[in-house]
Amino acid sequence: MDTATTPEPSSPKTRSKARTIGRRAFLVSSVVIAGGVAFGYYTVKKPHLNPLRDQLGPDEATFNPWVKISPKGITLITPHADIGQGVASMQAALIAEEMDLDFGQFEISQGTPSAAYYNTALAGETVPFLRNDHGIVAESVRTIADAMVKVMGMQSTGGSSSTIDSFVKLRTAGAVARETLKEAAFKRTGIPVRDLRTASGAVILPDATKIPYTQLAGDAAKLSPVTDVVLRDPSQWRLIGKKMERLDIVPKSTGTLTYGIDLDFKGMLYAAVKVSPRIGAARLGYDASKAKAMRGVKAILEIPNGVAVIADNTWRAFQAADAITFTWGKAPYPPDQDAHWAEVGRSFTKERLDKEWRHEGDVDRALSGAKVIEAEYRAPYVAHQPLEPLSAVIKVTDGRADLWTASQAPGIAQQKAAEVTGLPLENVHVYNQYAGGSFGHRLEFDHVKLAAEIGRQMKGQVIKMTFSREEDFTHDYPRQIAMARPRGTVKNGRVETCDLHIAAVSAARSYMSRLGTSIPGADLMLAAGAWDLPYKIPNFRVTTYAVPELAPVSSWRSVGPSTSAFFADCFLDELIHAAGADPMEERLRLTDDPEARRVLETVARMSNWGSSLGPNRGRGVAFATTLGTPVAEVVEVWNTPDGIQIEKVYVAAEVGRIVDPVNFENHVQGGVVWGLGHAMNCEITYADGMIQQPNYHVHEAMRLRQCPEIIVKGIETSAEIRGIGEPPVPPAAPALANAIFAATGKRIREMPFNKHINFV
Amino acid sequence: MELNVDGTIHVVDVEADMPLLWVLRDELKLKGTKYGCGAGLCGACTVHIKGEAVRSCSISAGDAQNAPITTINGLGTPAARHAVQAAWIEHQVAQCGYCQSGQIMTAAAFLAKTPNPTDAEIDDAMSGNLCRCGTYPRIRAAVKAAATTLSGN
Repeated sequence: MDTATTPEPSSPKTRSKARTIGRRAFLVSSVVIAGGVAFGYYTVKKPHLNPLRDQLGPDEATFNPWVKISPKGITLITPHADIGQGVASMQAALIAEEMDLDFGQFEISQGTPSAAYYNTALAGETVPFLRNDHGIVAESVRTIADAMVKVMGMQSTGGSSSTIDSFVKLRTAGAVARETLKEAAFKRTGIPVRDLRTASGAVILPDATKIPYTQLAGDAAKLSPVTDVVLRDPSQWRLIGKKMERLDIVPKSTGTLTYGIDLDFKGMLYAAVKVSPRIGAARLGYDASKAKAMRGVKAILEIPNGVAVIADNTWRAFQAADAITFTWGKAPYPPDQDAHWAEVGRSFTKERLDKEWRHEGDVDRALSGAKVIEAEYRAPYVAHQPLEPLSAVIKVTDGRADLWTASQAPGIAQQKAAEVTGLPLENVHVYNQYAGGSFGHRLEFDHVKLAAEIGRQMKGQVIKMTFSREEDFTHDYPRQIAMARPRGTVKNGRVETCDLHIAAVSAARSYMSRLGTSIPGADLMLAAGAWDLPYKIPNFRVTTYAVPELAPVSSWRSVGPSTSAFFADCFLDELIHAAGADPMEERLRLTDDPEARRVLETVARMSNWGSSLGPNRGRGVAFATTLGTPVAEVVEVWNTPDGIQIEKVYVAAEVGRIVDPVNFENHVQGGVVWGLGHAMNCEITYADGMIQQPNYHVHEAMRLRQCPEIIVKGIETSAEIRGIGEPPVPPAAPALANAIFAATGKRIREMPFNKHINFV
Repeated sequence: MELNVDGTIHVVDVEADMPLLWVLRDELKLKGTKYGCGAGLCGACTVHIKGEAVRSCSISAGDAQNAPITTINGLGTPAARHAVQAAWIEHQVAQCGYCQSGQIMTAAAFLAKTPNPTDAEIDDAMSGNLCRCGTYPRIRAAVKAAATTLSGN
């Protein structure tokens, strides 16, 4: 039932689109794009150069920025950073599908930062339209944003956009390579292309003779790429939609994958840093006399707002850094957490109005004279803290810098390293690494700047800088702090009015200010997860207020909806209960959006909504559209004598296409664990200007014993492919809070929930 | 001092109080054992000492002398996988994978002592190992599968 209306990507319309994209992306133009704002739209539309062309050896061929073939082997470039989400395999599978390669027949490489790898899908999220809104205004604005992103050359990984960005582009890259190799085979054998087939990395002649692609590399190198290609019908797919063994699964299960932190070079030294724990505060003084005398310490360097220790072993560098005493300046933000909350609370004013995003009916009139239900909701700062601490390996010489690090934005890492070292951008070489998680953390670049500074002061020396866990935790720019003051009314058993006021610090503005720029207009992310609810409430208004930056904040897996969907969905649940309605039935009554209905009806069926769970148990439902992907979740809890136990979670997500069903399920489950775990017991707080949570014991999130059974259904009805990295996160917290209310009668309006209730 | 790691005797010149983790990673260049928290909270650095699962960040090199140490690199290899590693691969547990060396080492030591674990025993044994990606449902399934394989042998 869920796949009945799946459109065929090889329909005439899609076919011509594929060709257009093929030409635009793969024809090598003589126009060089050099950054800047003076470029008109026409120039921007021209393709970027293929960075692989500069790196070719004799007899090596490249047809586009994603495929390189030499007599020795085939390399596929997978520029989206693999931060654990499996995109390296996903990208390779999309190319291999059309190129007729089997897993095991190619190597993969993350490539070097290049404008050719700009992320066109992400641009859609910089403009205030739903990703699934294809109205003419939405399309034209999105196209301008696409152009902007291309000028910036943002080769970034984020916004759950990798699959969306790659789905047509990389299959087209594979098809271009395949057709060009067939052309090369034709030139060699004289057999017309129409009589040639391809399979398992070879062109196959009518008499079944196989010519491996690698043997055609030299001939193909002399040809112009064939760009008039047709993408295959999904019925012919060998890889997409089927279980595949992730390329990194064996190395990751045998301790043989090299992460950024594992890199090792002959003669390498190790660096630890201590940077002001009051973010942005100056180093006023320090005493390193004890550290200098410690075993293995090679140098102590002054770096901006801190000190670096260079030693012959990471632990010795950590120990020496801990032995240094400091005097720090004052934090450029309120030193204590209460003052942060007070500032947020003061922000529901006309002066700080960011935008009124929607207003149906007449909210003010509906609220006057009626019995008004009102509440205050809070979502705290929360850390990213992937398990692999931040690290970078740097080597700076007089004319060049080499940087090895795991980044979601390697182009920005390159730019920052160039700024610190004073080298031209093209002399800074960045090698992106496998990351032990990120969740938004590796969009940031302070660690890159610190490593570059260390390299600048230690010319000619290879140095690996590693953050201690404590340094990482206390310098993690957390998720935005946010608060909501919603009001509403109910009438005749129905929700009548919902007036959501949300005040938050903008993660996007905070990040842009660190990049030395700003974003014009209102920040969509403050409202995302609330303004886009598909409910036809008679009086419905969503308003956001911009809290001035306090401590710096950053994009945290799912960004705005991680807080706004909690506010919006829990308050809606309050209204539904006040109306005496059923939480699932009322949500369904309120929406005629087909995708929202589909995911809600699916989780209702999966969870057998309406059946009795018995005493002390309860169900909660929540729905959010995050970065274009609608997701509904039902959480079941048991109120045991010792506290709440989360027993089951049901998830339905509308994603258009599932490239790898195993990785899809794993990802959705992980997103639910992430959403629940942080809502249960995590917050970052400041005292004396410093983050008070230095390690996992005070920011634990979920452990295995607390993990519920998580049952996942991916729906593939939508015409477009969608991301799944972040969308399962936002509904998890409100579904849990709503379930706790159903089981206990206690309404929790503040994260972390363990401030108000125990979990077993 | 001498350390017996993955069946090889290594002579290292380190302080007795250097945590075993850093001897493995920076001196012996055995990078399969991961640094996560440095405080025994996350389990990413788990190794076996005399068959016991131990947090290598929290035991000194001095205390690890004179006992056979097994790291993830010695438990099995891509070509010759331990049953727990094979189960991890079959169930495609890993996302970022950074915690999985420690998860696998904890599971292998646990199953060696508890060949037929209950669900509650699995939850108890594996809860000291943090996974930020949230692969817990697959860890549970892989531990059960490995238990079946190991008890069938």
